[in-house]
Amino acid sequence: MRVARLIAITWWFHLKQSTKAGLFVFTAIIEPLIFATLAYYLFKAGQQPGTLLYAALSAGLMGIWSATLFGAGGAINFQRWQGVLEPLIAAPPPYVLVLFPQTLAASTLGVYSLTSTLLWGRVVFGIPLHFAHPLAFLVAVAVTVVALGVLGLVIGSSFILYREANALANMLEFPVWIVTGAIVPLSLLPGWVHYLSWGLAPTWGYRAIRAATFGGNPWPGIGWALLLAAVYLLIGQGFLHIFERRARERASLSLV
Amino acid sequence: MTSLRIFFIGGLTSYRALFNWLTPWILVPSFLVAPLFQILLFAYIGRTTRLESDEFYVIGNAIQYAAIPCLFAMGNTIGGERFQHTLPLVLATPAGRLPLFIGRSLPVIVNGFLVAAFALVAGGALLGVHVPLSAVAPLVLVVLITSFSCTGLGLVNAALGLRVRETAVLSNILFGILLVFCGVNVPLSSLPDWMSTISEGLPLTHGIAAARRLADGAGLGSVAGLIGAELLIGCIYAIAGYLLLRLMEVESRRRGTLEIA
Repeated sequence: MRVARLIAITWWFHLKQSTKAGLFVFTAIIEPLIFATLAYYLFKAGQQPGTLLYAALSAGLMGIWSATLFGAGGAINFQRWQGVLEPLIAAPPPYVLVLFPQTLAASTLGVYSLTSTLLWGRVVFGIPLHFAHPLAFLVAVAVTVVALGVLGLVIGSSFILYREANALANMLEFPVWIVTGAIVPLSLLPGWVHYLSWGLAPTWGYRAIRAATFGGNPWPGIGWALLLAAVYLLIGQGFLHIFERRARERASLSLV
Repeated sequence: MTSLRIFFIGGLTSYRALFNWLTPWILVPSFLVAPLFQILLFAYIGRTTRLESDEFYVIGNAIQYAAIPCLFAMGNTIGGERFQHTLPLVLATPAGRLPLFIGRSLPVIVNGFLVAAFALVAGGALLGVHVPLSAVAPLVLVVLITSFSCTGLGLVNAALGLRVRETAVLSNILFGILLVFCGVNVPLSSLPDWMSTISEGLPLTHGIAAARRLADGAGLGSVAGLIGAELLIGCIYAIAGYLLLRLMEVESRRRGTLEIA
């Protein structure tokens, strides 16, 4: 019960805090609208109007990843700048229970992205919003958010040791968009990329969201995303343990 | 002589101070790797939509990526100084503002040029885009002028940084506007009229158009008008940025907001 309370309160606190930061508002809302506009004109100019909902949805999925990446990347550095990283790590609860809800809050912000791009598509470009399986769509979005939150934990854990790692992580924005098929069909990518895609939870989450929107069976995608999220959680916990230990040894936790 | 020192040494020192924000071993790959993925993303979207050739996206995105150093580095000259609490000290000096601010933009132009040039070469090699040998020298000129015009916009961004605290957000928004409006990925003819009209007044638009025509085999003379337009736009933004910097400086002093924006 205490663990659930800690996760819930940290998640809610971090969510509220993030919505006050301009950079998070940009990555969660403004940037997806920029990409939604681009995607709309690209697909429209390409004479494929039937795929306009695909473009709006894709921009939202890209936004979920951006929000996760910048949020998870910034979480530890923000604590470091505020001088609370050391007390949080020294506190009795395992640090993973503090960091995971924060990365989850970051990916939850991505829901703003999806909502804003879909509304943008509807209001500005008149794209009809029709979901083949509305309930499965909501489940797929929730599972994708959780899977991305756990992936954020894996990425964010290295920031304990390397204070500038978030800049390197920023470089992951476009590659993951490509590899997970957020906007480009995987069939267009070289064969070796597919193996990489299959190991990434967002690939399956996005696949499930698309199946729930355009028709198809979303449940295998949801299942794979959940399974990979569980694997990521174990990996993230392991990484966090190793990196935390090394940062303590090097006395570099509070170095900014 | 003092103005020359402020222009060159002050500008270089300010640029080196950016490496306090990011070490070179992170900053350099950020400039070299990230643009390649932007090129790949849009080239693959282009293949999905069957809109334009790979060459279109390589040239558009490579040159547009010059905007990252041009906007962010210029924005950080104000944001970084404020963060380090050196902004009031710098602005309290009697140093001439023209060499002070313009000097800070010179290394940024070189940086933008190198980023765009590398992205153009590496992106072209990745996607098998061939450019005639005769177009290389004119392309260098176009990329240089486009980096200059982007830095002009960067000066405006820096000036706004005296009023807006979130310079990174502002830089990102400007970067996004350039990405959508300047014909980087969507041909101007496919954008609504009001968007293509706005694009005529933005940096990049004419530079990218000139680079595409050069890559298709056009001579330098046939794109002189486009290059001239890009240069003119760059000059207008640079002058506007400088004047805005002076105005914002006076305003910030009057309001006592130099350190808090």
